Amino acid sequence: MKYVDEFRDPELIRKISEEIRRLVDPNYHYRFMEVCGGHTFSIFRFGLQNLLPENIELVHGPGCPVCVLPMGRMDDGLSIAQQPNVIFTAFGDVMRVPGKHGTPLELKARGADIRMVYSPLDALKIAMDHPDRQVVLFAIGFETTAPSTALTLMRARELDVSNFSVFSNHVLIIPAIQAILDSPDMRIDGFIGPGHVSSVIGARPYEFIAKKYRKPIVISGFEPLDLLQSILMLVKQMREGRFEVENQYSRVVPYKGNISALDIMKEVFEVRPLFEWRGLGTIPQSALKLRPEFAKWDAEVRFQVEGARVNDPQMAQCGEVLKGVLKPQQCKLFGKECTPEHPVGALMVSSEGACAAYYHYVHLQDAVGK
Amino acid sequence: MCLAIPGQIVEMFDDDHHYAVVDVCGVRRKINIDLLKNERLFLGDWVLIHVGFAMSKISEEQASEQLKLLSMLDESDEAIEEVKGYQFDKERI
Repeated sequence: MKYVDEFRDPELIRKISEEIRRLVDPNYHYRFMEVCGGHTFSIFRFGLQNLLPENIELVHGPGCPVCVLPMGRMDDGLSIAQQPNVIFTAFGDVMRVPGKHGTPLELKARGADIRMVYSPLDALKIAMDHPDRQVVLFAIGFETTAPSTALTLMRARELDVSNFSVFSNHVLIIPAIQAILDSPDMRIDGFIGPGHVSSVIGARPYEFIAKKYRKPIVISGFEPLDLLQSILMLVKQMREGRFEVENQYSRVVPYKGNISALDIMKEVFEVRPLFEWRGLGTIPQSALKLRPEFAKWDAEVRFQVEGARVNDPQMAQCGEVLKGVLKPQQCKLFGKECTPEHPVGALMVSSEGACAAYYHYVHLQDAVGK
Repeated sequence: MCLAIPGQIVEMFDDDHHYAVVDVCGVRRKINIDLLKNERLFLGDWVLIHVGFAMSKISEEQASEQLKLLSMLDESDEAIEEVKGYQFDKERI
């Protein structure tokens, strides 16, 4: 647990925290959702909840890509990994996500050629180094990562690397927010908008949240000061009866986003009519697949995938936690069967998952004897 | 996955506009700069890096804030490890 004095500008942190306290309506319970997993991580790491009045509750949203990936997609990917002559590549976060028959790391230990990469371009390099093998990238991420996968595919086409393909699990943030807004148990008062996703998509796509759903949203950076400032901006909007898209992170996020990145994404990907999300169900137009022009590099075209649907482990309540209906520690498995060392559900895998963040935080609290 | 790594451009190539060399806390690696082709990049500019690609051009001040954030989050070692881990820079892709 961090203390105010440890922050870069403790005086400013204290001021903003006091300003929030001064402006909140003491008779109202505020629920703000931070959409992005990076924010969840920062909020816990810095103990920001402790700097807020008790009637402001932060709800952790669906913005951690491995957390929202249903187990069926994981199993489909791993079924490709187990085919002969395949080198299967994935980011570090994915390596520990459990499928029905184990994690990529466990399958690797059993002999599958599964390799961790830090960049989609690394997967392309492996393909160029092994022309006699099929190299597959398990691509994952929101709009922050999708343009990089798209550019890698464009390079594969330019260089005519034919033994490379992508199993796309890229998802889109706007339909996920829309699904939360349309959910019957929706009780969110405002949103802390993601920082780096927004550097790609800009602030414009969030306008519907303010206009149609009449909820405030503030795009935020990742520092304690950024997040507190964003919460203050949300409180002010509510106090003044405004519903607007405000951009606290304007030093990185342009209103129109990164036009080149958006163009590259459009060239390579098209929107899937439907995609299943863990905890949120099937959401229309919420994920990206390769366009037919890139079919040659599409792992779903090259390999037979079953389209597996696997229910989450029965006791795990990842879905409720993802929607903000349950707090992580209210899940029956939290900290018992499900820990960061032995995750049962995906929210315990990534440091950006709400359960892993909570778990870490509880332990830090124990360490300082609270 | 959402946290980006700040790096300073220390080398640009006349013959290859897809790439630049960045310095991240003393570690130098080639990264792809195609996502910033609408921006003019110069030697000494700072960028935010995500999975081997420059995502946004930022100010020097913002870069040092981002480095500080990574260290406050105990993520700076991981960030350097990630940059060191890029394999694609060893050949022309």
